[in-house]
Amino acid sequence: MPSISRDEVAHLARLARLDLQSDEVDHLAGQLDQIIDAVGQVAQVAADDIPPTSHALPVTNVFRPDELRPCLSAEAALSGAPEAEDGRFRVPQILGEEQ
Amino acid sequence: MSAPELTRRTAAELAALVASGETSAVEVTRAHLDRVAAVDTTADGGPGVHAFLHVAAEEALAAAAEVDAQRAAGERLGPLAGVPLALKDVITTADMPTTAGSRILEGWRPPYDATVARALRAAGLVILGKTNLDEFAMGSSTENSAFGPTRNPWDLTRIPGGSGGGSAAALASFQAPLAIGTDTGGSIRQPAAVTGTVGVKPTYGGVSRYGLIACASSLDQAGPCARNVLDTALLHSVIAGHDPLDSTSIDQPVPDVVGAARRGADGDLSGLRVGVVKELGGEGYQPGVEARFHEAVELLGKLGADVVEVSCPHFEYALPAYYLILPSEVSSNLARFDAMRYGLRVGDDGTRSAEEVMTMTRGAGFGAEAKRRIILGTYALSSGYYDAYYGQAQKVRTLVARDFAAAFEQVDVLVSPTTPTTAFPLGEKVDDPLAMYKNDLCTIPSNLAGNASASFPCGLADEDGLPVGLHVMAPVLGDDRLYRVGAAVEQALVAEWGGPLLDQAPAWETS
Repeated sequence: MPSISRDEVAHLARLARLDLQSDEVDHLAGQLDQIIDAVGQVAQVAADDIPPTSHALPVTNVFRPDELRPCLSAEAALSGAPEAEDGRFRVPQILGEEQ
Repeated sequence: MSAPELTRRTAAELAALVASGETSAVEVTRAHLDRVAAVDTTADGGPGVHAFLHVAAEEALAAAAEVDAQRAAGERLGPLAGVPLALKDVITTADMPTTAGSRILEGWRPPYDATVARALRAAGLVILGKTNLDEFAMGSSTENSAFGPTRNPWDLTRIPGGSGGGSAAALASFQAPLAIGTDTGGSIRQPAAVTGTVGVKPTYGGVSRYGLIACASSLDQAGPCARNVLDTALLHSVIAGHDPLDSTSIDQPVPDVVGAARRGADGDLSGLRVGVVKELGGEGYQPGVEARFHEAVELLGKLGADVVEVSCPHFEYALPAYYLILPSEVSSNLARFDAMRYGLRVGDDGTRSAEEVMTMTRGAGFGAEAKRRIILGTYALSSGYYDAYYGQAQKVRTLVARDFAAAFEQVDVLVSPTTPTTAFPLGEKVDDPLAMYKNDLCTIPSNLAGNASASFPCGLADEDGLPVGLHVMAPVLGDDRLYRVGAAVEQALVAEWGGPLLDQAPAWETS
């Protein structure tokens, strides 16, 4: 079983856009090692010829008719926004000034 | 009728009292709101049950007055009209805040009602407020709530289970006769077991997930909770059914759960085949839990059921598979909390980029368990590990479903204890994730396979005097079987105990 290093936790946190304090990274690295070790048991039984199940129900692609129907107003959709302007979500800069 | 008398009544009785005019829905609602205030803290001002994150007194009284007006106008009322209900705070309500127990959603008011909330309102149920839970329904103790733990009414130093500890504790301390929970790995059934109440996880897809804030979408299922089997069935029939707004909702008739609960109350289980799951017992199970469970199995035999032992060899791998599948789905679902469209935004000082603000907000807004599961899920889904972990876990899911299919060829229902132990002390497992995860050993297989399962009170463990739950599992869309078995066991045990199990709960001084 691979062990999860401190650097790896920090990398995963970056991928997940999750700011972790230094002590959180230390703490999580130790715990994740134990958890991964325990859950790794799944490899003991799952043979190659077993199909994977992603979902308990055998439903696929449920469609509805493509018709206009009532939906949230722009005002309602923006009601929880940290910041809104001119009927749109206002967000921090996405591109740097140079771009 | 005095307020304390009203809060001890069943939901069916309260609805009948309201319908006959013996009392009003407003009076019933007031009695329960008073009870909520009384048990939130103890007489000396110490922490009480703390089941609710938000009490919507004004809205509740208005909804109750509406029911009273309908009755006065001669309208026909539904079977639960005017009955108060506690709603788990992971289900969106347009007129009340919805937090999912997380700082990242503190104070958020959803722009729409969940289908479950709409169904409750349409049936005349009175939503008292929103109940506490582990953050994003992740946990088995309610200690992962950002807003303080809920305490078990049987012993305020112990956990009420989780993630739906608030809903279960509200029932057990007579703050509401009905509650809604959600169950991803046992979050309805485990709290029911450790508080001496009833909780049903319907078949996956049986109750709409529209407006249910997602934990793990392929596992999450909302369901009914109450203090007795008939009330649970009545609530089940209110919230179940096909919803075009949920693409995983089952487009088939709802099983006749109320009829099954009434038939089961005759106490005759002849012809029913019951399988005791061999793998769910033994080492790691508390002796008092095993003792009550074995008595319950004997009782099923006395009521006429044919009891056999059944082996489900892959159930022991259900827990590890779950703790790969669940965090994987969580890491994806919680990505929506990006500080852009709703909820918390931290660090936006005009110089930071959207990505930096997103990262800071998520770091500040999520609690320890949410972070743990996001990191674990990101790991399990990352290239190089995907096949070894997530892929293998999905194969185990197939094996667990096959175990169920084989078992249900031999028997009509399966049984086990609901949890390996009774309620443990607050703080005991909060930083020991592997120990905490083992609470869900018996409940997880049904989430992986999507079949219906329930927990019913079956007594108190000798060593600590705390409630034990009987776990009953039925096939997909066999929800009615749970109610038949539950009602039969209930009538026999209530007769033996001389009243409901909750009558034996120790009293403590409320404020």
